[in-house]
Amino acid sequence: MNMKIYKYGDNVDTDVIIPARHLNDPDPKALASHCMEDIDADFAKTVEEGDIVVGGANFGCGSSREHAPLAIKASGVKCVIAKSFARIFYRNSINIGLPILECPEAAEAIVPGDAVSVDFATGVITDDTQGKSWQAAPFPEFIEGIIKSGGLLNSLKARGVAK
Amino acid sequence: MGMTMTQKILAKHAGLSEVKPGQLVEAKVDLVLGNDITAPVAITEFEKAGLTQIFDRDKIAIVLDHSTPCKDIKSAQLCAQAREFAKKHSITNFFDVGKVGIEHALLPEQGLTAPGEVIVGADSHTCTYGALGAFSTGIGSTDMAAAMATGSLWFKVPSAIKVTLKGKLPRYVGGKDIILHLIGLIGVDGALYQSLEFAGEGVAELSMDDRFTISNMAIEAGAKNGIFPVDYQTWTYLEGRVQRPWEGVEADADAEYTREVVIDLSELRPTVSLPHLPSNTRTVDQVAGTPVQQVVIGSCTNGRLKDLAEAAAILEGRTVHDGVRCIVIPATQQIYMDAMREGYIETFITAGCAVSTPTCGPCLGGHMGVLSNGERCVSTTNRNFVGRMGPTDSEIILANPAVAAAAAVSGEIVDPASLS
Repeated sequence: MNMKIYKYGDNVDTDVIIPARHLNDPDPKALASHCMEDIDADFAKTVEEGDIVVGGANFGCGSSREHAPLAIKASGVKCVIAKSFARIFYRNSINIGLPILECPEAAEAIVPGDAVSVDFATGVITDDTQGKSWQAAPFPEFIEGIIKSGGLLNSLKARGVAK
Repeated sequence: MGMTMTQKILAKHAGLSEVKPGQLVEAKVDLVLGNDITAPVAITEFEKAGLTQIFDRDKIAIVLDHSTPCKDIKSAQLCAQAREFAKKHSITNFFDVGKVGIEHALLPEQGLTAPGEVIVGADSHTCTYGALGAFSTGIGSTDMAAAMATGSLWFKVPSAIKVTLKGKLPRYVGGKDIILHLIGLIGVDGALYQSLEFAGEGVAELSMDDRFTISNMAIEAGAKNGIFPVDYQTWTYLEGRVQRPWEGVEADADAEYTREVVIDLSELRPTVSLPHLPSNTRTVDQVAGTPVQQVVIGSCTNGRLKDLAEAAAILEGRTVHDGVRCIVIPATQQIYMDAMREGYIETFITAGCAVSTPTCGPCLGGHMGVLSNGERCVSTTNRNFVGRMGPTDSEIILANPAVAAAAAVSGEIVDPASLS
Protein backbone atom coordinates (compact mmCIF):
# COMPACT_ATOMS: atom_id res chain seq x y z
CA MET A 1 0.00 0.00 0.00
CA ASN A 2 1.33 3.39 -0.96
CA MET A 3 0.90 5.34 2.28
CA LYS A 4 3.06 6.40 5.16
CA ILE A 5 2.67 6.56 8.92
CA TYR A 6 3.99 9.52 10.90
CA LYS A 7 4.14 8.57 14.56
CA TYR A 8 4.57 11.00 17.46
CA GLY A 9 4.47 10.80 21.25
CA ASP A 10 2.17 12.23 23.92
CA ASN A 11 1.10 15.88 24.23
CA VAL A 12 1.76 16.99 20.64
CA ASP A 13 0.72 20.63 21.08
CA THR A 14 -0.71 22.97 18.48
CA ASP A 15 2.40 25.17 18.73
CA VAL A 16 4.50 22.37 17.23
CA ILE A 17 1.78 21.39 14.75
CA ILE A 18 1.86 24.95 13.43
CA PRO A 19 4.12 27.49 15.19
CA ALA A 20 2.60 30.89 15.94
CA ARG A 21 5.12 32.63 13.69
CA HIS A 22 3.21 31.20 10.72
CA LEU A 23 -0.30 32.14 11.89
CA ASN A 24 -0.15 35.45 10.03
CA ASP A 25 -1.02 33.55 6.84
CA PRO A 26 -4.07 31.34 7.43
CA ASP A 27 -4.15 30.00 3.86
CA PRO A 28 -4.30 26.21 4.40
CA LYS A 29 -1.56 25.51 1.82
CA ALA A 30 0.76 28.03 3.48
CA LEU A 31 0.05 26.45 6.87
CA ALA A 32 0.70 22.99 5.46
CA SER A 33 4.13 24.05 4.24
CA HIS A 34 5.17 24.55 7.90
CA CYS A 35 3.16 21.75 9.48
CA MET A 36 5.03 19.94 12.29
CA GLU A 37 8.28 21.76 11.49
CA ASP A 38 9.29 22.22 15.15
CA ILE A 39 8.88 18.52 15.95
CA ASP A 40 9.62 16.91 12.57
CA ALA A 41 11.45 19.01 9.99
CA ASP A 42 10.89 16.36 7.28
CA PHE A 43 7.11 16.12 7.65
CA ALA A 44 6.10 18.92 5.29
CA LYS A 45 8.69 17.83 2.72
CA THR A 46 7.68 14.19 2.60
CA VAL A 47 3.98 13.97 3.51
CA GLU A 48 1.66 12.87 0.73
CA GLU A 49 -2.06 12.51 0.13
CA GLY A 50 -3.42 9.56 2.09
CA ASP A 51 -0.74 9.43 4.81
CA ILE A 52 -1.78 8.89 8.43
CA VAL A 53 -0.60 10.67 11.60
CA VAL A 54 -0.51 8.59 14.79
CA GLY A 55 -0.24 10.40 18.12
CA GLY A 56 -0.16 9.53 21.80
CA ALA A 57 -2.29 10.99 24.57
CA ASN A 58 -3.65 14.56 24.54
CA PHE A 59 -2.92 15.14 20.84
CA GLY A 60 -3.46 18.78 19.85
CA CYS A 61 -3.19 20.28 23.33
CA GLY A 62 -2.59 23.96 23.94
CA SER A 63 -3.74 26.82 21.76
CA SER A 64 -7.20 26.77 20.19
CA ARG A 65 -5.77 27.63 16.78
CA GLU A 66 -7.88 25.93 14.12
CA HIS A 67 -4.84 26.48 11.93
CA ALA A 68 -3.48 23.23 13.44
CA PRO A 69 -6.05 20.78 12.06
CA LEU A 70 -6.24 22.94 8.91
CA ALA A 71 -2.48 22.49 8.39
CA ILE A 72 -2.70 18.73 8.88
CA LYS A 73 -5.71 18.43 6.58
CA ALA A 74 -4.12 20.57 3.85
CA SER A 75 -1.00 18.38 4.07
CA GLY A 76 -3.12 15.60 2.60
CA VAL A 77 -3.22 13.56 5.80
CA LYS A 78 -6.14 11.14 5.62
CA CYS A 79 -6.73 10.93 9.36
CA VAL A 80 -5.18 11.27 12.80
CA ILE A 81 -5.28 8.28 15.13
CA ALA A 82 -4.40 9.02 18.77
CA LYS A 83 -4.75 7.66 22.30
CA SER A 84 -6.73 10.79 23.18
CA PHE A 85 -7.30 14.27 21.80
CA ALA A 86 -7.28 17.63 23.56
CA ARG A 87 -10.86 18.84 23.50
CA ILE A 88 -10.55 22.01 21.41
CA PHE A 89 -8.51 20.17 18.77
CA TYR A 90 -11.18 17.45 18.79
CA ARG A 91 -13.96 20.00 18.14
CA ASN A 92 -11.96 21.85 15.54
CA SER A 93 -11.15 18.69 13.60
CA ILE A 94 -14.81 17.67 13.46
CA ASN A 95 -15.86 21.20 12.54
CA ILE A 96 -13.45 21.45 9.60
CA GLY A 97 -13.77 17.84 8.46
CA LEU A 98 -10.39 16.35 9.44
CA PRO A 99 -11.12 12.72 10.34
CA ILE A 100 -9.83 11.81 13.81
CA LEU A 101 -10.00 8.46 15.54
CA GLU A 102 -9.54 7.89 19.26
CA CYS A 103 -8.09 4.41 19.75
CA PRO A 104 -5.37 3.89 22.40
CA GLU A 105 -4.57 0.32 21.29
CA ALA A 106 -4.09 1.22 17.62
CA ALA A 107 -2.10 4.34 18.52
CA GLU A 108 0.19 2.20 20.65
CA ALA A 109 0.64 -0.65 18.18
CA ILE A 110 0.96 1.04 14.78
CA VAL A 111 4.55 1.84 13.77
CA PRO A 112 6.02 3.71 10.81
CA GLY A 113 6.26 1.43 7.79
CA ASP A 114 2.98 -0.34 8.52
CA ALA A 115 0.26 -0.41 5.88
CA VAL A 116 -2.84 0.86 7.62
CA SER A 117 -6.36 1.33 6.33
CA VAL A 118 -9.36 2.91 8.00
CA ASP A 119 -13.05 2.27 7.46
CA PHE A 120 -14.62 5.57 8.46
CA ALA A 121 -18.13 4.16 8.35
CA THR A 122 -17.39 1.59 11.04
CA GLY A 123 -14.35 3.12 12.78
CA VAL A 124 -12.35 -0.05 12.19
CA ILE A 125 -8.59 0.52 11.83
CA THR A 126 -6.70 -2.30 10.09
CA ASP A 127 -2.94 -2.79 10.14
CA ASP A 128 -2.23 -5.17 7.25
CA THR A 129 1.48 -5.40 8.10
CA GLN A 130 0.76 -6.65 11.62
CA GLY A 131 -2.45 -8.44 10.66
CA LYS A 132 -4.39 -6.66 13.40
CA SER A 133 -7.46 -4.53 13.55
CA TRP A 134 -9.00 -2.27 16.19
CA GLN A 135 -12.31 -0.52 16.79
CA ALA A 136 -12.03 3.25 17.38
CA ALA A 137 -14.38 5.02 19.79
CA PRO A 138 -17.62 5.77 17.91
CA PHE A 139 -18.84 9.35 17.47
CA PRO A 140 -22.15 10.33 19.09
CA GLU A 141 -24.96 10.66 16.57
CA PHE A 142 -25.01 14.47 16.81
CA ILE A 143 -21.32 14.70 15.93
CA GLU A 144 -21.72 12.08 13.21
CA GLY A 145 -24.32 14.46 11.73
CA ILE A 146 -21.82 17.32 11.63
CA ILE A 147 -19.26 15.10 9.93
CA LYS A 148 -21.79 13.83 7.36
CA SER A 149 -22.92 17.39 6.55
CA GLY A 150 -19.32 18.31 5.73
CA GLY A 151 -18.59 20.40 8.80
CA LEU A 152 -20.35 22.50 11.41
CA LEU A 153 -21.46 25.46 9.30
CA ASN A 154 -22.93 23.24 6.61
CA SER A 155 -24.84 21.30 9.25
CA LEU A 156 -26.26 24.52 10.71
CA LYS A 157 -27.34 25.69 7.28
CA ALA A 158 -28.89 22.32 6.56
CA ARG A 159 -30.88 22.63 9.79
CA GLY A 160 -31.90 26.18 8.86
CA VAL A 161 -30.59 27.70 12.09
CA ALA A 162 -27.97 29.98 10.52
CA LYS A 163 -28.60 32.71 7.95
CA MET B 1 -28.35 13.60 41.31
CA GLY B 2 -26.96 17.05 42.15
CA MET B 3 -25.13 19.20 39.66
CA THR B 4 -21.82 21.05 39.69
CA MET B 5 -21.65 24.79 38.95
CA THR B 6 -20.71 24.06 35.33
CA GLN B 7 -23.52 21.55 34.86
CA LYS B 8 -26.08 23.98 36.32
CA ILE B 9 -25.01 26.80 34.01
CA LEU B 10 -25.09 24.54 30.96
CA ALA B 11 -28.50 23.14 31.92
CA LYS B 12 -29.97 26.60 32.30
CA HIS B 13 -28.57 27.82 28.98
CA ALA B 14 -29.83 24.68 27.25
CA GLY B 15 -33.33 25.17 28.69
CA LEU B 16 -33.14 21.93 30.67
CA SER B 17 -33.84 21.29 34.33
CA GLU B 18 -31.06 18.77 34.58
CA VAL B 19 -28.01 17.59 32.63
CA LYS B 20 -25.66 14.67 33.14
CA PRO B 21 -21.97 14.26 32.37
CA GLY B 22 -21.44 13.10 28.79
CA GLN B 23 -24.76 14.52 27.58
CA LEU B 24 -24.58 16.62 24.42
CA VAL B 25 -26.50 19.87 24.72
CA GLU B 26 -27.05 22.94 22.61
CA ALA B 27 -26.65 25.97 24.86
CA LYS B 28 -27.20 29.68 24.32
CA VAL B 29 -24.09 31.78 24.67
CA ASP B 30 -23.87 35.20 26.33
CA LEU B 31 -20.66 36.30 24.65
CA VAL B 32 -18.57 35.14 21.68
CA LEU B 33 -14.92 36.23 21.52
CA GLY B 34 -12.27 36.24 18.83
CA ASN B 35 -8.87 37.86 18.35
CA ASP B 36 -6.73 39.00 15.43
CA ILE B 37 -5.45 35.45 14.78
CA THR B 38 -8.67 33.46 15.20
CA ALA B 39 -11.42 35.93 14.21
CA PRO B 40 -10.18 36.34 10.60
CA VAL B 41 -10.39 32.55 10.09
CA ALA B 42 -13.90 32.62 11.59
CA ILE B 43 -14.90 35.54 9.38
CA THR B 44 -13.61 33.78 6.26
CA GLU B 45 -15.58 30.63 7.17
CA PHE B 46 -18.68 32.71 8.05
CA GLU B 47 -18.62 34.43 4.66
CA LYS B 48 -17.61 31.31 2.72
CA ALA B 49 -20.67 29.54 4.13
CA GLY B 50 -22.81 32.37 2.78
CA LEU B 51 -23.84 33.58 6.24
CA THR B 52 -24.86 37.21 6.41
CA GLN B 53 -26.32 37.85 9.87
CA ILE B 54 -24.82 37.85 13.34
CA PHE B 55 -27.06 36.91 16.25
CA ASP B 56 -26.45 39.97 18.44
CA ARG B 57 -24.02 42.81 17.82
CA ASP B 58 -23.65 43.42 21.57
CA LYS B 59 -22.67 39.86 22.34
CA ILE B 60 -19.63 39.49 20.11
CA ALA B 61 -16.21 40.76 21.15
CA ILE B 62 -13.34 41.13 18.70
CA VAL B 63 -10.07 41.98 20.39
CA LEU B 64 -6.98 42.72 18.29
CA ASP B 65 -4.39 41.76 20.88
CA HIS B 66 -2.07 39.06 19.56
CA SER B 67 0.12 40.58 16.86
CA THR B 68 -0.66 44.22 17.62
CA PRO B 69 0.50 46.90 17.11
CA CYS B 70 0.92 44.95 13.89
CA LYS B 71 4.24 43.19 13.59
CA ASP B 72 4.19 42.61 9.83
CA ILE B 73 2.15 43.10 6.67
CA LYS B 74 0.23 39.83 6.89
CA SER B 75 -0.79 40.54 10.48
CA ALA B 76 -1.92 44.00 9.44
CA GLN B 77 -4.06 42.43 6.71
CA LEU B 78 -5.70 40.08 9.22
CA CYS B 79 -6.44 43.02 11.52
CA ALA B 80 -7.90 44.93 8.57
CA GLN B 81 -10.20 41.99 7.80
CA ALA B 82 -11.42 41.86 11.41
CA ARG B 83 -11.84 45.64 11.52
CA GLU B 84 -13.93 45.62 8.37
CA PHE B 85 -16.18 42.81 9.63
CA ALA B 86 -16.70 44.57 12.97
CA LYS B 87 -17.69 47.74 11.15
CA LYS B 88 -19.96 46.00 8.66
CA HIS B 89 -21.89 44.24 11.44
CA SER B 90 -21.74 47.19 13.87
CA ILE B 91 -20.09 45.01 16.51
CA THR B 92 -20.16 47.00 19.75
CA ASN B 93 -17.27 45.37 21.54
CA PHE B 94 -14.53 45.82 19.01
CA PHE B 95 -11.18 46.73 20.54
CA ASP B 96 -8.42 48.16 18.37
CA VAL B 97 -4.93 49.47 19.13
CA GLY B 98 -5.11 52.26 21.70
CA LYS B 99 -8.12 50.78 23.46
CA VAL B 100 -7.15 47.16 23.24
CA GLY B 101 -5.90 45.07 26.11
CA ILE B 102 -5.13 41.38 26.35
CA GLU B 103 -8.57 39.85 25.84
CA HIS B 104 -8.84 37.84 29.06
CA ALA B 105 -7.84 40.79 31.22
CA LEU B 106 -9.85 43.27 29.14
CA LEU B 107 -13.28 41.62 28.97
CA PRO B 108 -13.75 41.19 32.76
CA GLU B 109 -12.38 44.70 33.33
CA GLN B 110 -14.96 46.08 30.86
CA GLY B 111 -17.78 44.25 32.62
CA LEU B 112 -18.43 41.96 29.63
CA THR B 113 -18.27 38.76 31.69
CA ALA B 114 -20.50 37.92 34.66
CA PRO B 115 -21.31 34.98 36.92
CA GLY B 116 -23.61 32.31 35.55
CA GLU B 117 -22.98 33.27 31.93
CA VAL B 118 -21.84 31.04 29.07
CA ILE B 119 -18.88 32.62 27.30
CA VAL B 120 -17.05 31.07 24.37
CA GLY B 121 -13.93 32.39 22.74
CA ALA B 122 -11.68 31.42 19.88
CA ASP B 123 -8.74 31.43 22.22
CA SER B 124 -7.88 28.58 24.54
CA HIS B 125 -7.46 30.85 27.57
CA THR B 126 -11.10 31.92 27.40
CA CYS B 127 -11.49 29.69 30.47
CA THR B 128 -10.22 32.71 32.49
CA TYR B 129 -13.74 33.99 33.26
CA GLY B 130 -14.43 30.94 35.40
CA ALA B 131 -12.83 33.09 38.09
CA LEU B 132 -16.11 35.05 38.14
CA GLY B 133 -18.29 31.96 38.33
CA ALA B 134 -19.07 31.91 34.61
CA PHE B 135 -18.86 28.87 32.34
CA SER B 136 -16.29 29.92 29.80
CA THR B 137 -14.28 27.83 27.42
CA GLY B 138 -12.04 27.97 24.39
CA ILE B 139 -13.29 27.01 20.95
CA GLY B 140 -11.97 27.15 17.39
CA SER B 141 -12.68 29.58 14.60
CA THR B 142 -15.44 27.56 12.93
CA ASP B 143 -17.18 27.27 16.30
CA MET B 144 -16.81 31.03 16.61
CA ALA B 145 -18.44 31.52 13.21
CA ALA B 146 -21.30 29.22 14.21
CA ALA B 147 -21.79 30.96 17.55
CA MET B 148 -21.72 34.39 15.88
CA ALA B 149 -24.43 33.26 13.49
CA THR B 150 -26.72 31.39 15.88
CA GLY B 151 -25.93 32.54 19.42
CA SER B 152 -25.62 28.96 20.51
CA LEU B 153 -23.19 26.06 20.40
CA TRP B 154 -23.03 22.36 21.16
CA PHE B 155 -21.29 21.18 24.31
CA LYS B 156 -20.59 17.86 25.94
CA VAL B 157 -21.52 18.26 29.59
CA PRO B 158 -18.28 17.68 31.51
CA SER B 159 -17.74 15.60 34.60
CA ALA B 160 -15.79 17.43 37.26
CA ILE B 161 -12.75 17.39 39.49
CA LYS B 162 -13.23 19.21 42.79
CA VAL B 163 -10.20 21.21 43.88
CA THR B 164 -10.52 22.05 47.55
CA LEU B 165 -8.29 24.85 48.77
CA LYS B 166 -7.51 25.30 52.46
CA GLY B 167 -5.06 27.24 54.59
CA LYS B 168 -3.39 30.59 54.06
CA LEU B 169 -0.96 31.68 51.34
CA PRO B 170 2.68 32.12 52.34
CA ARG B 171 4.62 35.18 51.12
CA TYR B 172 5.62 35.17 47.43
CA VAL B 173 3.05 32.46 46.69
CA GLY B 174 -0.06 33.28 44.65
CA GLY B 175 -2.50 32.07 42.05
CA LYS B 176 0.27 31.09 39.61
CA ASP B 177 1.89 28.77 42.14
CA ILE B 178 -1.45 27.16 42.98
CA ILE B 179 -2.29 26.39 39.36
CA LEU B 180 1.24 25.23 38.46
CA HIS B 181 1.23 22.99 41.53
CA LEU B 182 -2.14 21.56 40.52
CA ILE B 183 -1.00 20.92 36.93
CA GLY B 184 2.13 19.26 38.30
CA LEU B 185 -0.09 17.00 40.40
CA ILE B 186 -2.65 15.94 37.80
CA GLY B 187 -0.72 16.42 34.53
CA VAL B 188 -1.38 18.33 31.31
CA ASP B 189 -4.28 16.02 30.50
CA GLY B 190 -5.30 15.39 34.11
CA ALA B 191 -8.62 17.15 33.61
CA LEU B 192 -9.16 16.30 29.92
CA TYR B 193 -12.82 16.83 28.91
CA GLN B 194 -13.57 17.77 32.55
CA SER B 195 -14.25 20.90 34.56
CA LEU B 196 -12.11 21.99 37.49
CA GLU B 197 -14.39 23.23 40.25
CA PHE B 198 -12.60 25.18 42.96
CA ALA B 199 -14.00 25.14 46.47
CA GLY B 200 -13.07 25.34 50.13
CA GLU B 201 -12.22 27.97 52.70
CA GLY B 202 -8.98 28.78 50.87
CA VAL B 203 -10.94 30.43 48.04
CA ALA B 204 -11.63 33.45 50.27
CA GLU B 205 -7.84 33.87 50.59
CA LEU B 206 -7.53 34.54 46.88
CA SER B 207 -7.80 37.96 45.27
CA MET B 208 -9.72 38.18 42.00
CA ASP B 209 -6.42 38.57 40.15
CA ASP B 210 -5.20 35.29 41.69
CA ARG B 211 -8.43 33.59 40.66
CA PHE B 212 -8.13 34.87 37.08
CA THR B 213 -4.61 33.40 36.93
CA ILE B 214 -5.84 30.03 38.18
CA SER B 215 -8.87 29.76 35.88
CA ASN B 216 -6.74 31.02 32.97
CA MET B 217 -4.46 27.99 33.14
CA ALA B 218 -7.20 25.36 33.62
CA ILE B 219 -6.66 24.55 29.92
CA GLU B 220 -3.05 23.64 30.74
CA ALA B 221 -4.45 20.69 32.72
CA GLY B 222 -6.58 19.81 29.68
CA ALA B 223 -9.71 21.12 31.42
CA LYS B 224 -12.73 22.44 29.59
CA ASN B 225 -13.09 25.16 32.22
CA GLY B 226 -12.04 26.10 35.73
CA ILE B 227 -14.73 27.69 37.85
CA PHE B 228 -14.82 29.49 41.21
CA PRO B 229 -17.73 30.06 43.57
CA VAL B 230 -19.18 33.56 43.64
CA ASP B 231 -18.38 35.32 46.92
CA TYR B 232 -17.96 38.76 48.44
CA GLN B 233 -14.81 39.42 46.43
CA THR B 234 -16.58 38.59 43.19
CA TRP B 235 -19.40 40.98 44.12
CA THR B 236 -16.91 43.72 44.91
CA TYR B 237 -15.13 43.18 41.58
CA LEU B 238 -18.38 43.29 39.60
CA GLU B 239 -19.67 46.43 41.28
CA GLY B 240 -19.58 49.31 38.85
CA ARG B 241 -18.46 47.03 36.00
CA VAL B 242 -21.43 44.84 35.14
CA GLN B 243 -24.63 46.83 34.70
CA ARG B 244 -26.91 44.06 33.39
CA PRO B 245 -28.62 41.60 35.74
CA TRP B 246 -26.75 38.38 36.35
CA GLU B 247 -27.41 35.25 38.33
CA GLY B 248 -24.66 33.22 39.91
CA VAL B 249 -25.01 29.53 40.64
CA GLU B 250 -23.86 27.32 43.48
CA ALA B 251 -22.89 23.69 43.21
CA ASP B 252 -25.44 21.32 44.74
CA ALA B 253 -24.32 19.75 48.01
CA ASP B 254 -24.72 16.33 46.38
CA ALA B 255 -22.96 17.23 43.11
CA GLU B 256 -20.78 14.39 41.88
CA TYR B 257 -17.06 14.68 41.25
CA THR B 258 -14.83 12.05 39.70
CA ARG B 259 -12.12 12.94 42.20
CA GLU B 260 -11.16 15.54 44.77
CA VAL B 261 -7.76 17.19 45.02
CA VAL B 262 -7.03 19.00 48.27
CA ILE B 263 -4.38 21.72 48.27
CA ASP B 264 -3.12 23.20 51.53
CA LEU B 265 -2.05 26.69 50.48
CA SER B 266 0.18 27.08 53.51
CA GLU B 267 2.40 24.24 52.28
CA LEU B 268 3.01 25.74 48.82
CA ARG B 269 6.31 27.30 47.78
CA PRO B 270 6.96 29.52 44.77
CA THR B 271 6.64 27.05 41.91
CA VAL B 272 8.04 27.01 38.38
CA SER B 273 7.46 24.81 35.31
CA LEU B 274 10.58 23.71 33.48
CA PRO B 275 10.66 23.11 29.71
CA HIS B 276 8.71 21.88 27.86
CA LEU B 277 5.43 21.17 29.65
CA PRO B 278 3.52 23.15 32.29
CA SER B 279 3.29 19.94 34.34
CA ASN B 280 7.08 19.77 34.70
CA THR B 281 6.99 21.61 38.01
CA ARG B 282 9.64 22.25 40.67
CA THR B 283 9.73 24.50 43.70
CA VAL B 284 11.94 27.51 43.09
CA ASP B 285 14.63 26.37 45.55
CA GLN B 286 15.13 23.19 43.50
CA VAL B 287 16.22 25.16 40.42
CA ALA B 288 17.96 28.14 42.05
CA GLY B 289 21.05 29.19 40.12
CA THR B 290 19.64 28.43 36.65
CA PRO B 291 20.88 31.26 34.39
CA VAL B 292 18.39 33.29 32.33
CA GLN B 293 18.75 35.74 29.44
CA GLN B 294 15.22 37.12 29.30
CA VAL B 295 12.32 37.74 31.65
CA VAL B 296 8.73 38.44 30.54
CA ILE B 297 6.23 39.81 33.01
CA GLY B 298 2.73 40.10 31.58
CA SER B 299 0.15 38.11 29.53
CA CYS B 300 -3.45 37.03 30.13
CA THR B 301 -2.10 34.90 32.95
CA ASN B 302 -0.10 37.45 34.94
CA GLY B 303 -0.39 40.93 33.45
CA ARG B 304 -2.83 42.36 36.00
CA LEU B 305 -2.24 45.06 38.60
CA LYS B 306 -1.47 42.69 41.48
CA ASP B 307 1.10 40.93 39.28
CA LEU B 308 2.79 44.21 38.40
CA ALA B 309 2.75 45.22 42.08
CA GLU B 310 4.52 42.00 43.03
CA ALA B 311 7.14 42.48 40.31
CA ALA B 312 7.62 46.16 41.23
CA ALA B 313 8.15 45.27 44.90
CA ILE B 314 11.14 43.16 43.84
CA LEU B 315 12.49 45.61 41.24
CA GLU B 316 12.15 48.69 43.47
CA GLY B 317 15.65 49.98 44.21
CA ARG B 318 17.27 47.20 42.20
CA THR B 319 18.45 46.95 38.59
CA VAL B 320 18.02 44.33 35.90
CA HIS B 321 21.11 42.11 35.82
CA ASP B 322 23.68 42.56 33.04
CA GLY B 323 22.89 40.23 30.18
CA VAL B 324 19.17 39.99 31.01
CA ARG B 325 16.37 41.65 29.05
CA CYS B 326 13.30 42.23 31.21
CA ILE B 327 10.06 42.99 29.33
CA VAL B 328 7.02 44.16 31.26
CA ILE B 329 3.62 44.27 29.55
CA PRO B 330 0.60 45.58 31.45
CA ALA B 331 -2.37 43.59 30.18
CA THR B 332 -4.73 46.52 29.57
CA GLN B 333 -4.56 50.29 29.19
CA GLN B 334 -6.38 50.67 32.52
CA ILE B 335 -3.85 48.43 34.26
CA TYR B 336 -1.07 50.42 32.57
CA MET B 337 -2.47 53.69 33.92
CA ASP B 338 -3.10 52.25 37.38
CA ALA B 339 0.48 50.94 37.44
CA MET B 340 1.69 54.37 36.40
CA ARG B 341 -0.23 56.04 39.25
CA GLU B 342 1.16 53.53 41.71
CA GLY B 343 4.70 54.29 40.51
CA TYR B 344 5.32 50.75 39.22
CA ILE B 345 6.10 51.86 35.67
CA GLU B 346 8.75 54.27 36.92
CA THR B 347 10.19 51.49 39.05
CA PHE B 348 10.35 49.17 36.02
CA ILE B 349 11.98 51.71 33.72
CA THR B 350 14.43 52.88 36.39
CA ALA B 351 15.41 49.25 36.95
CA GLY B 352 16.12 48.85 33.24
CA CYS B 353 12.99 47.04 32.03
CA ALA B 354 11.33 47.56 28.67
CA VAL B 355 7.66 48.43 29.19
CA SER B 356 5.24 47.81 26.32
CA THR B 357 1.72 48.67 25.31
CA PRO B 358 -0.68 45.73 25.92
CA THR B 359 -0.05 42.79 23.57
CA CYS B 360 0.14 39.00 23.71
CA GLY B 361 3.38 39.38 21.70
CA PRO B 362 6.16 37.35 23.33
CA CYS B 363 3.92 34.74 25.01
CA LEU B 364 3.38 32.99 21.70
CA GLY B 365 6.67 34.00 20.11
CA GLY B 366 4.95 36.59 17.98
CA HIS B 367 6.88 39.78 18.62
CA MET B 368 8.13 41.99 21.48
CA GLY B 369 10.58 39.47 22.89
CA VAL B 370 11.33 36.51 20.61
CA LEU B 371 14.26 34.39 21.86
CA SER B 372 17.44 33.36 20.02
CA ASN B 373 19.08 29.94 19.96
CA GLY B 374 19.81 28.39 23.31
CA GLU B 375 18.34 31.28 25.26
CA ARG B 376 16.27 30.79 28.38
CA CYS B 377 13.37 32.98 29.48
CA VAL B 378 11.63 33.08 32.84
CA SER B 379 8.11 34.08 31.94
CA THR B 380 4.87 34.74 33.78
CA THR B 381 2.99 33.39 30.74
CA ASN B 382 1.21 30.06 30.47
CA ARG B 383 2.98 27.73 28.04
CA ASN B 384 6.55 26.49 27.80
CA PHE B 385 6.14 24.25 24.76
CA VAL B 386 9.00 23.58 22.32
CA GLY B 387 9.50 26.62 20.10
CA ARG B 388 6.75 28.65 21.76
CA MET B 389 8.87 31.80 22.18
CA GLY B 390 11.67 31.21 19.70
CA PRO B 391 13.78 28.48 18.13
CA THR B 392 13.28 24.88 19.24
CA ASP B 393 16.42 24.99 21.37
CA SER B 394 15.23 28.02 23.37
CA GLU B 395 13.61 27.44 26.73
CA ILE B 396 10.77 28.93 28.78
CA ILE B 397 10.41 28.53 32.52
CA LEU B 398 6.97 29.51 33.81
CA ALA B 399 6.86 31.40 37.09
CA ASN B 400 4.96 33.91 39.17
CA PRO B 401 5.75 37.66 38.81
CA ALA B 402 7.90 37.86 41.97
CA VAL B 403 10.04 34.91 40.87
CA ALA B 404 10.34 36.39 37.37
CA ALA B 405 11.38 39.80 38.73
CA ALA B 406 13.86 38.17 41.10
CA ALA B 407 15.39 36.31 38.13
CA ALA B 408 15.65 39.61 36.25
CA VAL B 409 17.72 41.25 38.98
CA SER B 410 19.81 38.15 39.72
CA GLY B 411 20.47 36.84 36.21
CA GLU B 412 19.47 33.42 37.49
CA ILE B 413 16.54 31.80 39.22
CA VAL B 414 16.40 32.64 42.91
CA ASP B 415 13.82 32.40 45.65
CA PRO B 416 12.50 35.97 45.98
CA ALA B 417 12.66 35.53 49.76
CA SER B 418 16.43 35.14 49.53
CA LEU B 419 16.98 38.62 48.04
CA SER B 420 18.50 40.84 50.67
